Amino acid sequence: MIPRHLVIAMGVLLAAALGLSIYAWHMRTVATTTPVASVDSRLLAPPIAGPTERIVLFVAHDDDGTLRGESALIPMPSGRQQRAEELLQALLSHYLDKSSPHVLGAGSEIRSVYLVDPGVAVIDVNAAFADTHRSGVLVEELTVTSLIQTVTVNTPGILKVKILVDGKERDTLAGHADLSSYYDVSAVNQLATELQPGQ
Amino acid sequence: MRWTSRIAKSSLLTPRTREKWGTRRLVSAGALILILALLSSGAGPEKHLAVYSVAANYSLPLLQRDGRNYVGLLELLEPLGRVSARTEGSHWRLRFNNLDGDFQAGKTRARVQNREADLGGKFLMENKRGLVPLGSLSSLLPRILGGPVSLHEEAGRLLIGSVATHFTASLAGDNPPRLVFHFTAPVNPTIATEPGALRMTFSREPVVGPASPTLTFGSKAIPSASYSESNGAAVVTVSSSVPVMATFGNDGRTIVVTGTAATAQNSAPSGSPTTAEPASAQAPPAATPAPATPPAARRYFAVVDASHGGDDHGETLSNSLLEKDVTVALARSLRQELESRGITTLVLRDSDANLPVDQRAVFANADHAAIYIALHAASSGRGVRVYTALLPFGDDDRGPFRSWTTAQHASLPLSQSTASAVASELQKRQIPVRSLIAPLRPLNNVTGPAIAVEVAPQGSDVNQLTAPDYQQLVTSAVATAIAASRDQLGGAP
Repeated sequence: MIPRHLVIAMGVLLAAALGLSIYAWHMRTVATTTPVASVDSRLLAPPIAGPTERIVLFVAHDDDGTLRGESALIPMPSGRQQRAEELLQALLSHYLDKSSPHVLGAGSEIRSVYLVDPGVAVIDVNAAFADTHRSGVLVEELTVTSLIQTVTVNTPGILKVKILVDGKERDTLAGHADLSSYYDVSAVNQLATELQPGQ
Repeated sequence: MRWTSRIAKSSLLTPRTREKWGTRRLVSAGALILILALLSSGAGPEKHLAVYSVAANYSLPLLQRDGRNYVGLLELLEPLGRVSARTEGSHWRLRFNNLDGDFQAGKTRARVQNREADLGGKFLMENKRGLVPLGSLSSLLPRILGGPVSLHEEAGRLLIGSVATHFTASLAGDNPPRLVFHFTAPVNPTIATEPGALRMTFSREPVVGPASPTLTFGSKAIPSASYSESNGAAVVTVSSSVPVMATFGNDGRTIVVTGTAATAQNSAPSGSPTTAEPASAQAPPAATPAPATPPAARRYFAVVDASHGGDDHGETLSNSLLEKDVTVALARSLRQELESRGITTLVLRDSDANLPVDQRAVFANADHAAIYIALHAASSGRGVRVYTALLPFGDDDRGPFRSWTTAQHASLPLSQSTASAVASELQKRQIPVRSLIAPLRPLNNVTGPAIAVEVAPQGSDVNQLTAPDYQQLVTSAVATAIAASRDQLGGAP
């Protein structure tokens, strides 16, 4: 004959197992039916380690079609390539804000910036950056000039810039601005001057 | 009976006579074959189709099938763009640039870009070649090429786009008699003279005739001239009662037919039948020195490019308005404004067709246009932006070669001065305007002066872009500036 206390212990254990099963089933149902508010697809990166520096971001303004230099204080890493990436991330966060003077599409990212000697920078943006970009000669020109000018003014020694989309060459950004060729930094500098207010 | 008596007679012939008759038969048969061969060889020259386009002028053989003239579609399209074809059973699938066509052997209808096209006769496949009736080209090619074509079926001439060279003829004096022909583009005809007539044959140029095929001048010495077309060539025949000769001037745009009272070194006098070589082979005339080399083959002063088209919509300006549609309307308006100022103009895209940017530059370069104007439309900003090419500093051309990406280099100063003239003219009409450089193809690939004009509404209403008044306000300003810069642009390389 099984002792009474063992029967009671077994019963309690079975009841606990059943209760946990029901609770796990309930939690699973809740997890699958509750919609996710938003997915942040940005790549996770370790926090920037380095002193805060004053840099110049060249920000496009759609209202008057100008490019304005705006100084900002951001922590900058020591590596040249990481600095270039951090500059463009700072610029992009500016453009992803809904109150930005030159809004870029949701999901736009700077995937990487490669600095290739001698003096060539490759900016790789994701497909959403180009696919959601507004079409037009001036609006595309402002984006391209803003990216290139921000990188090259704050990272000396770059002579040419190439823009890739998802690691591949694309003809245009959104139907107008040419992405098939290398940009000559001196020529872009001249364009940035033309795009300044009052020019 | 006649039959039996003949047999009886033949049976009476001697062996020598029979041998003689056999030899005669052999000779007669040989002569008959020779006559037939001569007749067949003299049946006339092979029929061909002369094709004139901005990209190239060429000719193709016409094939007689089922009593109709047929032409190979692949051969016809090859000089005009990227073309390929493959056969799948009875289907012949064509790909031209980004456009697809499906033809089926023996069928009178085809599908081009998912739309039915009537060929007016059976499609034929011979050794994987696709043959279409000549008459079908007038309806088929506009769908494939996205622009107008003019088929002169009887004469075997096909003009693709607005390439036609027109002419006028007027009597400039009666003593000595001088008949002056003005052409809208340089010409180089073969000239033949015979008693009472001078004949100019245009086999290389897309010369088209005046409204009336016969022109009368009220002169006894040169009473009339007539225009005709046959087998791929246009012929202008000047009838005269005195010996006449022809001289070339104005870089091949003018031909003066003069009576014998005047003489010129490079003339072809009539009197005895002679054939003069084309002008390029002759010495320059005394009055208007012509270059020793053939005149530049500039057919249009201005090339207007309606940007985007086909799958490339450009900017979606509103729910019902695409940039590609606005640019075509602007291009047509600009053509009208330019031509009203006497500037010959070609619109590169006059329909909803795909036209790669490289090909747009090739068209402009092949025509040696004095000015290339790309048209864009935008919803953002106010007024008009005028662009010139963004080029790297310095010249990376290599010896006699030009880099495709910086082909604009030599013409950039002239492009910039033209852009300034256009901007200044727009300002005069109270239209907000900016002049900028831009990384915008194909501006950098065009060898001659090239600008792009981006039109935005003056206010916030994007529908203003479709308003004829606003379009005309902008295009008339651009045309006025181009007309004012005509002399400067005319000397461009």
